[in-house]
Amino acid sequence: MKKKSLPASIYLGIIFLFFYLPILVLIIYSFNDAQYSLVWKGFTWKWYQELFADRDLWIATGHSFLLGTLAASTATFIGLLAAISIYRYRFYGRNALNALVFILILTPEIVMGAALLILFMVMHLPLGFTSLLMAHISFCIPFVIVTLLSRLVSFDKNIFEAAHDLGANDWGIFLRILLPMLSPAILASWLLAFTLSLDDVIISFFVAGPEFQILPLRIYSMVRAGIKPEINALCSVLFIITLFLIVLSQLALRKEKNLS
Amino acid sequence: MQSDSGFKNFSLSIVLLWLFLFALIPIGLIIIVSFLSHTDQSLIALPFTLKNYQELGQTLYLHIFEKSFLVAGVTTLICLLMGYPFAYLIARMKNRFKNLFLLLIIIPFWTSSLIRSYALIAILKAKGILNSALLALGVIDQPLSIMFTNTAVIAGLVYNLLPFMILPLITNIERLDERLVDAAHDLGASRITTFARVIIPLTSPGIIAGCILVFLPAMTIFYIPDILGGAKSLLLGNLIQNQFLVAQNWPLGGAVSTVLTLLLATLILIYFLVTRGKQRDLL
Repeated sequence: MKKKSLPASIYLGIIFLFFYLPILVLIIYSFNDAQYSLVWKGFTWKWYQELFADRDLWIATGHSFLLGTLAASTATFIGLLAAISIYRYRFYGRNALNALVFILILTPEIVMGAALLILFMVMHLPLGFTSLLMAHISFCIPFVIVTLLSRLVSFDKNIFEAAHDLGANDWGIFLRILLPMLSPAILASWLLAFTLSLDDVIISFFVAGPEFQILPLRIYSMVRAGIKPEINALCSVLFIITLFLIVLSQLALRKEKNLS
Repeated sequence: MQSDSGFKNFSLSIVLLWLFLFALIPIGLIIIVSFLSHTDQSLIALPFTLKNYQELGQTLYLHIFEKSFLVAGVTTLICLLMGYPFAYLIARMKNRFKNLFLLLIIIPFWTSSLIRSYALIAILKAKGILNSALLALGVIDQPLSIMFTNTAVIAGLVYNLLPFMILPLITNIERLDERLVDAAHDLGASRITTFARVIIPLTSPGIIAGCILVFLPAMTIFYIPDILGGAKSLLLGNLIQNQFLVAQNWPLGGAVSTVLTLLLATLILIYFLVTRGKQRDLL
């Protein structure tokens, strides 16, 4: 950038302030020793202690992490196979598959949630862990495919020709070339899928059922029930966790860029 | 290549099976359900009917559609006006801050929009930060009641969806050939003319992509009107959620969903027609 004028800097600052001020306020007030008001009444850890003592919340958190891990792993596996297939092979319906990925990303989450609810009813699958897992895997797959494809297109296709000439079959190319070369992007898409799963409210709201509590739905009902500083503490903790995951995935992608 | 078909068949069958079962079939089902009847005994029943679509013609529903369009439209416009100059400045940066700034935009993009909407309450409520600041500055002498109005909903939507406007714009503006801008200047165009006749048309794919990515979720994120808008604020997303999970009228909910999906398809079609032959960056 040649010259950065003052108005431009102020404008950038305002937008970033707009992005981060509410989150900052949330974190600050999670340490506020007041039950109902926004007035600052001194520093306290008590909301975090209360949070820590909330058993139901721990169960919901455990469920969410289990769900996120399984959903992200399965979605990354299926998405990886899909991305490689779209990238390497010409097959009947390839364009349709490409279009479907695109459509799935753009389909309103609420329509997908309702559609999956109908599917599970038709399948006579009771709502709970399994329905949530199926749903989460499904909405993560397109994002994994897009992330991986955007890395794959930057690869030199001659590598695969060379490997082929040297006697590797597609399994060999997959295990010995694609997996190692893609591994940072795979990690990044796993983390993206995990975050998507951990944060999803809309689709989960449709397919969760009453038995299996997960974190975002629990937060949603807490938020609707009314303001309690414990939620500030909970949201702050979750924000920090997500922040950590994003930075991790960005580091993974940057490492990959440096390698290639 | 005989020996190679193993991996290809393995991958394709898993991928296609999954997407068929958990994407195509559910979308088909929701369309079918929208043509079924609703009875008190069961969620869905025969015979096939057009009744649900006719019902959407009622003033009550038309009003919700109208309001959703309005709220989503205003949200999109505000995001565009706030986001375009921002994206332009970031995209044109060449220093080391660029990566940091990009990361700072990705963070809100990735973090829970439920949490971020909740965070807004402390800012918007009667005794919140915004009112305190405005009162202290003497801009107002009565606290503004923003919470539980459409303004709060729009603020929440803009706050959550702004990154969806900015990110496609940045990718698009980054590809803008600066020589064209210089050429326009050399040929005597003013800054405004250059912006209106060169920069805007060249970045139109990014503009439309951003608008689509903001407009669609704006109509359907039901928890934002729910948290910030209160009971009065009912948008399309709340309508669908209500029909499926409260009123238990799946066929009507299905009809709303189908209309919404058709709308989406139309928007994307327009996008492809407008950007035919240009660089597309929807995602």
